Amino acid sequence: MTTTETHVIGQPRKRKEDARLITGQARWTDNITLPGMLHFALVRSPMAHAKISSVDVSAALQRPGVLAAFSGADLAADLGSLPCAWPVTPDMVHPDHHPLATDEVRYVGDAVAVVVARDRYAVADAIEAVEVDYEPLPAVVNMEEALKDEVLVHSQAGTNKCFVWPFDGGDYDAVKATADIVFKRRYVQQRLIPTAMEPRAVVVEPLAAAEEFTVYSTTQIPHILRVMLALTVGIPEQKLRVIAPDVGGGFGSKLNVYAEEVIALVLAKRLGRPVKWTESRSEGYQATIHGRDQIQDIEIAATKDGKLLGLSVDLKADMGAYLQLVTPGVPVLGAFMYNAIYKMDAYRFRCTGVFTTKTPTDAYRGAGRPEATYAIERAMSDLAHEIGKDPMQLRRENWITHEEFPFTTIAGLTYDSGDYEAATARSMELFGYDDLRREQAERRDRNDPVQLGIGISTFTEMCGLAPSRVLGSLSYGAGGWEAASIRMLPTGKVEVVTGTAPHGQGHVTSWSQIAADALGVPFEDVEVMHSDTRVAPMGMDTYGSRSLVVGGVAVHLAAQKVIEKAKKVAAHLLEAAESDIEFAAGTFSVKGSPDAKKTIQEISLATFAAHNFPDGVEPSLNSDAVLDPENFSFPHGTHLCAALVDTETGHTKIRSYVAVDDVGNVINPMIVEGQVHGGLAQGIAQALYEEAVYDDDGNLVTGTLVDYLVPAASDLPEFTTDRTVTPATSNPLGVKGVGEAGTIASTPAVVNAVVDALRPFGIDDIRMPCTPERVWRAIQDRSSGGDRSAEGTVAYGGTQTATTAGRDTEAGGGAQ
Amino acid sequence: MTTIEMTVDGVRYQDEVEPRLLLVHYLRDRLGLGGTPIGCDTSNCGACTVQVDGVSAKSCTMLTVQADGSEIITIQGLAKDGRLHAVQQAFHDEHALQCGYCTPGMIMAAVDLLRENPDPSDQEIRDGLEGNLCRCTGYQNIVRAVHSAATTEARS
Ligand code: FES
Ligand code: FES
Repeated sequence: MTTTETHVIGQPRKRKEDARLITGQARWTDNITLPGMLHFALVRSPMAHAKISSVDVSAALQRPGVLAAFSGADLAADLGSLPCAWPVTPDMVHPDHHPLATDEVRYVGDAVAVVVARDRYAVADAIEAVEVDYEPLPAVVNMEEALKDEVLVHSQAGTNKCFVWPFDGGDYDAVKATADIVFKRRYVQQRLIPTAMEPRAVVVEPLAAAEEFTVYSTTQIPHILRVMLALTVGIPEQKLRVIAPDVGGGFGSKLNVYAEEVIALVLAKRLGRPVKWTESRSEGYQATIHGRDQIQDIEIAATKDGKLLGLSVDLKADMGAYLQLVTPGVPVLGAFMYNAIYKMDAYRFRCTGVFTTKTPTDAYRGAGRPEATYAIERAMSDLAHEIGKDPMQLRRENWITHEEFPFTTIAGLTYDSGDYEAATARSMELFGYDDLRREQAERRDRNDPVQLGIGISTFTEMCGLAPSRVLGSLSYGAGGWEAASIRMLPTGKVEVVTGTAPHGQGHVTSWSQIAADALGVPFEDVEVMHSDTRVAPMGMDTYGSRSLVVGGVAVHLAAQKVIEKAKKVAAHLLEAAESDIEFAAGTFSVKGSPDAKKTIQEISLATFAAHNFPDGVEPSLNSDAVLDPENFSFPHGTHLCAALVDTETGHTKIRSYVAVDDVGNVINPMIVEGQVHGGLAQGIAQALYEEAVYDDDGNLVTGTLVDYLVPAASDLPEFTTDRTVTPATSNPLGVKGVGEAGTIASTPAVVNAVVDALRPFGIDDIRMPCTPERVWRAIQDRSSGGDRSAEGTVAYGGTQTATTAGRDTEAGGGAQ
Repeated sequence: MTTIEMTVDGVRYQDEVEPRLLLVHYLRDRLGLGGTPIGCDTSNCGACTVQVDGVSAKSCTMLTVQADGSEIITIQGLAKDGRLHAVQQAFHDEHALQCGYCTPGMIMAAVDLLRENPDPSDQEIRDGLEGNLCRCTGYQNIVRAVHSAATTEARS
């Protein structure tokens, strides 16, 4: 490897992260053991809704190895209320959210007391001894029921309506009055459980007579967590250091400020000893945020040949029992994506946030955008069927053509670039669209018990969160910038400090590629540091496919500043004018005299020595950049799914899945492909397998990994992936972000395929997940399909889904 | 308390343990072998997979006393003389991990799969790894990695 390597970007470099992960040397939060460390565990409510009449911890205190035990009331003054950073409307109902409930519990899993003991077995025994008396109150698990305000989740609020958030682009009613067709559909987003493979954990170490604290947490947001813990607990921010060690996946579930993090800090302060908490998976299923859970009433106004005129969305979004960090913002973020890649004259969006007695929802991979994409991509296929058009043709006639960029959508976003035609053409070619349509016709003609369906999703998304001013206009509590620093070491090696907080995305590798390219140094010479507020003091962390587009670009910008500084030094050493210095491939040379040159490593050493240095120039090449993006980025793509549906058993098998994504320029194609694969798996899981089911009493029926069907390898197909490249114009690397694309795109592609297979049966909707039972029921029903085909997701309000979870195992398609 | 004796990653241990102590907790909390993580409490995820006497086992479903007298290999003892096992190398080469939390168990399960079936088909790999969940990769590169390790092992 030489210093002249210039094209590290775009290469499938193997990951620097892997070495410790494949040898068992990762440092997970639960691996951290400190001298004198205590373990705590929480007593959680077994009831969805109840008054707490008494909490008695005295028996627990008598158990061996127990050092302390507290009720919510004991700690109320110290614990404060958990933050929600996204008050979407000025009059949003924002109830107190005590880390330990004091008067009422509002979902199964709401914590009521804490016990601290010597080790995890002692504490697990001791929580059994805490006596809590509850006076049961009625549960309300269904949003439409909750909106009647007969059972109040927060009685002092007087309503279960958290907020109504409206948006209007153009005059929908006027447009609707001119339409030939007004097409209505209701789609339901079942509740999902993110299930990062690493359960949550937190360790807090008090230092210096408990005035300073180091918090180790399984978090995606060490920086935001530090600010929020300081505000919540009242410990001065400069006394708090937050470290996210190796973090085993997040998908939004670790983008939060959790009760246990606050409790850990307060206990460490009170007891003056390190404390640790680790959730069990089943505990996490109750106590870690859930995702989705929305009801989407869609109306499209169109001409009779399918030209879209307007779109109206009436959305109900289940908040759960409390507002977590960005709970209300999730559906609001989705508002900008319902119009997707399509042109129209008017758009009306109304979102109602609703409290129910269930685990709070919050951002789950895609956060608002998968929901929006699902609804519009389902609606486009359903509308095409209604007017007798090929669903791809209908899309083509309505989408923004590549000549029309930049294009300002009816939702007010300006899409900088894209080429839907190119991605679609590539996708159809890989898929064999026409042949599959022919096969579908043949199967229909011969009444084959196994029908073939073709599902389309021509999605886009907004990522690269986010221009701070836009976040401000949406009432979000923070900015969307990202920070990077580059330190040039005397030996010519490079340290990159990033404000992003990777937990599987491979930033160490990709940022090394960016820095190596920009500085002309070997990839191996770059070290990337992150996720510790002492090491990386500024950051906005990792979520919303923002890390590359904001944080990665910030690394590039910091490198440019290093080069500017180094140029001055090179000019001085080479005795040339700064304007005559050229930089390429790690070497500064003088225009016209190619032999007069210095490598960037030589300049680094000369700067360290500073013996022979230009006047008035600081002896340092180190540079910082903080990037506030000018726009979002808009990845897009065309995903096609061919599904075989066995009409006798209801079982669905994905025969082929083609994903052609346009994520702009690519830093590391291997990592990008991996992100797409993982995203597809999660989106397909929503379509076919996963659903958090509550019974009428508010019990989480799918409360363990036995009942909640996270797909295994045998449940998923082999994916065919490819890319088209339309660089983003809003950042110098031309990148767009890829973390959520697969999840956003795939759910509607799969369900469209299932529904397409069943069109001959008069079916035009199957509720997710499309389990064999649901599909079978829909076929038996024939007449109705639609709403009644899959009665019973909880968002929609039935009680029958308690039986669906285990069913598809018997039918051979389940996740074990 | 029961006295147990076992060899873990080549080191012999003798300890007094509570009969209810799970093997995975013994490895993690007593021996400090944090390379074997815990992903669930229902034996579904496979994150905790180790080899017990040459066969893969979920260490969260075993009591420490049940492993008395056994020879255990964890992810931390799989590389030999500083050389990665073929499956470890293949996971790196094929980008078969992202967050890496499932990886120790996935690698241990894959080693066992190849021991039983040195030349598996795609479907056999997918079926063979059914007891190990990964939330990050969508499994495609894991399947690729197992194939590639099978090829390397056949050559060596
Ligand atoms: S931790 Fe052992 S199977 Fe999940
Ligand atoms: S790599 Fe994250 S769970 Fe498998």
